[in-house]
Amino acid sequence: MLSIKNLHASVEDKEILKGINLEIKAGEVHAIMGPNGSGKSTLSQVLAGNEAFEVTEGEVTLNGQNLLELETEERAREGIFLAFQYPVEIPGVSNLQFLRTAVNAMRKHRGEEDMNAAEFMKLAREVCKQVDLDPSFLKRGVNEGFSGGEKKRNEIMQALLLQPKLAILDETDSGLDIDALKVVADGVNALRSPDRAILMVTHYQRLLNHIVPDYVHVLAGGRIIKSGGRELALELEEKGYGWLGIKDEDAADAPAN
Amino acid sequence: MATTDNEVKELIKREYEHGFVTEIEADTFEPGLNEDVIRRLSEVKREPEFMLEWRLKAYRRWLEMDEPDWAHVHFPKVDYNAISYYSAPKKREDMPQSLDEVDPELLRTYEKLGIPLHERAKLAGVAVDAVFDSVSVATTFKEQLAEAGVIFCPISEAVQKYPELVQKYLGSVVPPSDNYFAALNSAVFSDGSFVYIPKGVRCPLELSTYFRINAANTGQFERTLIIADEGSYVSYLEGCTAPMRDENQLHAAVVELVALDDAQIKYSTVQNWYPGDEEGKGGIYNFVTKRGACIGKNSKISWTQVETGSAITWKYPSCVLRGDNSVGEFYSVALTHNYQQADTGTKMIHLGKNTKSTIISKGISAGRSSNAYRGLVKFGPGAEGARNFTQCDSLLIGDRCGAHTFPYIESRNKSAIVEHEATTSKVSDEQLFLCRQRGIDPEQAVSMIVNGFCKEVFKELPMEFAVEAGKLLEVSLEGSVG
Repeated sequence: MLSIKNLHASVEDKEILKGINLEIKAGEVHAIMGPNGSGKSTLSQVLAGNEAFEVTEGEVTLNGQNLLELETEERAREGIFLAFQYPVEIPGVSNLQFLRTAVNAMRKHRGEEDMNAAEFMKLAREVCKQVDLDPSFLKRGVNEGFSGGEKKRNEIMQALLLQPKLAILDETDSGLDIDALKVVADGVNALRSPDRAILMVTHYQRLLNHIVPDYVHVLAGGRIIKSGGRELALELEEKGYGWLGIKDEDAADAPAN
Repeated sequence: MATTDNEVKELIKREYEHGFVTEIEADTFEPGLNEDVIRRLSEVKREPEFMLEWRLKAYRRWLEMDEPDWAHVHFPKVDYNAISYYSAPKKREDMPQSLDEVDPELLRTYEKLGIPLHERAKLAGVAVDAVFDSVSVATTFKEQLAEAGVIFCPISEAVQKYPELVQKYLGSVVPPSDNYFAALNSAVFSDGSFVYIPKGVRCPLELSTYFRINAANTGQFERTLIIADEGSYVSYLEGCTAPMRDENQLHAAVVELVALDDAQIKYSTVQNWYPGDEEGKGGIYNFVTKRGACIGKNSKISWTQVETGSAITWKYPSCVLRGDNSVGEFYSVALTHNYQQADTGTKMIHLGKNTKSTIISKGISAGRSSNAYRGLVKFGPGAEGARNFTQCDSLLIGDRCGAHTFPYIESRNKSAIVEHEATTSKVSDEQLFLCRQRGIDPEQAVSMIVNGFCKEVFKELPMEFAVEAGKLLEVSLEGSVG
């Protein structure tokens, strides 16, 4: 489904990604782990099309389509979803209005009619329930005054609503207590399906206890330095990043983190 | 990967919707201003002697005054002798007595603007006075209003029919000597609306005036006077559009509101004069004096304005809170794009005891425009226990526009309380990225973000106009992303 070949990307002339290679097939769950500043978040942002990053080399295709040629919104309509690490607030715009606009933009792209208000409301309530969000959140401004945990649940709720082909979860576990983590993980597990891929970016392995990945990759210095199965994450937890000869806190100034 | 300016602009290019010209025969004065022109104007309008004297006095005063230059706007000097001060569609001898007698071309014009004047297609629940260049061409629902005792008519008609009310209140809130443009307006005003709500009457309909400038090289100098007698209530809305022309045109209006004891006036404006083209050519100079006087106790005046048009906007709808416990409110959305300039805000003059005022101003700047909020909050010595709350928020789109805030506070009473909040924010790249990542077009995203920003003001507008205002912002913002 997603194929990344020799991807290089930089921000303000500083190279962050230095040749990423990755193949993800439909139905698979991949976890990307790595210390702060390794380029994890940059990879998510670049895949989603954040214009703050410049792709200098390499190629990315989604089901054979050149992703790098598409605008952010076009990628989204082709099925790329990014759950943000720090979702931004949009004051005065209700979650409901925002989500309905998004859903209808996707439908329009597929040549479908707008979803009517009642139908949409029903669907929105359902997905809220799945991540234990009170439906009153739909009426509040987008992320306005949400706690950290609520923002993360709100992101997963949106993934459930938009049903993407590839869901990229950027540090979705950060800042969550164990109960909230469980709720978020349940939401993500509900997303798993044979025709959908999930790419999880995380610093810690604890999320992987709840969402069991098929593959684990370790990212350091802008490259994937080791790939393996589930057991790689456990080994990392036990031995720390030092085991692979990388420092954890070395590049805290990297912009995307 | 980045969308180029041109792509986005091509994608969404839509012209100013109301830019058409009505082909209609008109009686138009030769350009130029002198006492003879004023005499002729007064004669054409068959005004009583007192009106002519009033005009001439204002004109003489105007000659001694200088055009103000303190506003944060820049424009070449206006040549007042190059303007025609009167233009009216040709019609038979008398004013039209019913809508059937109104020139069909005019009815079509208003229909095109979304303001049907026909008996059968009238806006439900809204009585409309339609002002075309210098004259009022039609007023709807006149009889129904008359049943309630409400007077709603062109001010030129009021001058003849209700001279005592006009003489008592005209210029009582904005005297001719108030400022340069008020003096000019007093000398040459041609039409506008007159409203009188009798004691204890709640006006059964929304009242609305729709101003249209059509003729070239003319100025529109409308004058509106609204009087709410004791315990009455009225909600009034004005809308404005003009054709697209390369020359700048002057619109210098004066609006006076008078609220007696326990009376309430809600005045809403959706201003969409032609703003000029993308290079800043053409557009209306909107130099307006609007002021309301809460002369009675417990009275209330609310101004709500959505300003998206005009090349230059220069207006400060104000409240003089003379009556004890009176309340003044100002809710404003001012949007500037391309080369538009706006210097707008309000004055809240607290004179009576326990008077309260609220100011919520939302300025949005895009393109190379300049948007300034200017507000005065003043407490006189007698304003015991008075208070004001002011909130000024600015939103910037892009990095070539400007936003400025000029708040002035003068207090001569120690018990007065003022709260002031101000913020400036940008439609951030992060907000846009979030919307686009969810599949939403950048244009639609900006419009959604801006509408969210304006929500507090839009909720003050009458329902049907709130929707209209939202759409207007969308159109006005087109081409602002890229």
